[in-house]
Amino acid sequence: MNAINVENITMTYNKGKVKALNGVSFSVKKGEIFGLIGPDGAGKTSLFRILTTLLLADSGYAEVAGFDVVRDMKSIRKIVGYMPGKFSLYQDLTVEENLKFFATIFKTTVKENYHLIKEIYVQIEPFKDRRAGKLSGGMKQKLALCCALIHKPEVLFLDEPTTGVDPVSRKEFWSMLRNLKKEGISILVSTPYMDEANLCDNIALIKDGNILTVNTPNGIVESYKEKLYSIKSQNMYQLILDLRSYEETKKCFAFGESLHVTFKNDLVDLELLNNKLKSNGHENIEITEITPSIEDCFLALED
Amino acid sequence: MSEKVLITKNLTKKFGDFVAVDNISFDLEKGEIFGFLGANGAGKTTAMKMLIGISKPTSGSATVAGFDIYKQTELVKSNIGYMSQKFSLYDDLTVIENIRFFAGIYGLSDKEIKEKSDILIEKLEMKSEINTLVASLPLGWKQKLSFSIAIVHNPKIVFLDEPTGGVDPASRRLFWDLIYEAAHNGTTVFVTTHYMDEAEYCNRVSIMVDGRIEALDSPFNLKKQFKVNSIDEVFHQLARKATRQAD
Repeated sequence: MNAINVENITMTYNKGKVKALNGVSFSVKKGEIFGLIGPDGAGKTSLFRILTTLLLADSGYAEVAGFDVVRDMKSIRKIVGYMPGKFSLYQDLTVEENLKFFATIFKTTVKENYHLIKEIYVQIEPFKDRRAGKLSGGMKQKLALCCALIHKPEVLFLDEPTTGVDPVSRKEFWSMLRNLKKEGISILVSTPYMDEANLCDNIALIKDGNILTVNTPNGIVESYKEKLYSIKSQNMYQLILDLRSYEETKKCFAFGESLHVTFKNDLVDLELLNNKLKSNGHENIEITEITPSIEDCFLALED
Repeated sequence: MSEKVLITKNLTKKFGDFVAVDNISFDLEKGEIFGFLGANGAGKTTAMKMLIGISKPTSGSATVAGFDIYKQTELVKSNIGYMSQKFSLYDDLTVIENIRFFAGIYGLSDKEIKEKSDILIEKLEMKSEINTLVASLPLGWKQKLSFSIAIVHNPKIVFLDEPTGGVDPASRRLFWDLIYEAAHNGTTVFVTTHYMDEAEYCNRVSIMVDGRIEALDSPFNLKKQFKVNSIDEVFHQLARKATRQAD
């Protein structure tokens, strides 16, 4: 049995004027970390709200741990943990009170499942008497994760848990997720950061309510069909302008310290290109064929 | 001689015993793209608030666009541009209303406002959208519009606080095209970001740890100095040393 099945889910707002989800389908296997990766407005939050029974889809079918999201709403609510993108705990309860509250609501105790949250909770325990509303962003995020976990959910839903979080804290957060996976918890996590894709078992790339592809991170990279080149010179701004003006260039995007470029014809003559750049005044030109990243794949798939 | 658009010396901000920003000193050149990096809670926002004239330093000095951040805060504010992910435009005004409103706030004359809005609409290819409410624009468009508005008065320096958060990969890059262009035209760009690949687009970057600037150089030199292949790795090496509770 899959942890989550989504079949042809469609969701619109404003009487059909705004399409949030456009016939979305995918499955999350039991015990895996599945990443829903896409920018703001892709439909990620709508999908989370449908799967956690907080929103009714216009059409389509979805189940979580074998339960129908419409018919078995109450059963689903008992066995899922949900961390919304927006901080949603009780601001005027303390850290400890919030945690106890969620444990009690789910008819369990903090003690019973403490092992699940220990690694995270010890970091906020020094502030257990502080009101949740007075915590810093990073601590709020950790508390929210603890509260979503305290009833040992079968499926954990994390909506953009790392948005606005610095790279070091993001890495820590993902190592926590891997430990939760070892406990057998299935995880659906969304993120706008493409570099987090490689930390998932399977991913769906999503944009404007459409799933672009579902695969393993490696599978997505392997299905990239074009030849991709990394190009550098001493004047990167001029390099972008020049490469974009060339007839043979298909796409040219800045990627960190180099440009990632595809050509209309894969058999492009690199020596000719090098000479052309030289004649346009570029120095220290480096042209290398490279393996695409998930972000390259996203850029290629979105049109 | 090169023109300094921003000069800070031993700039410090304390909240009680807590030193949020600890003796930071750096100068920015005209037309430079400067990446201001640091973990959450390192003190970036506090430093930026002082530089844009909305928070008074505890000690140290700074001039921004030629004005003193203690005595001339109003002049600082009217001579810089500012945009953040959280606050940029008025959602319930249309595209053209937002442009006119901000241009007016920045003191442009009616004639200048008319000229500027025409140029801007043309450049952003938004002619068909001028009467659209900003709320219903795609995020990528909003960000580009809000950047263009932040520099509508040709400020010497523009401050961008995580301008590309949540934006799709293509729009994120189109946004950087605008940054490059602004810098090319002489505007200094001061930008914070959590995308380490964007740090590589900057002429120089600084990395803040526990209120102090622990590294400041070009991405190339920093990578050489730390013997690594990316700014991401430099960041990790430095930010791991932080003792302060992350925000």
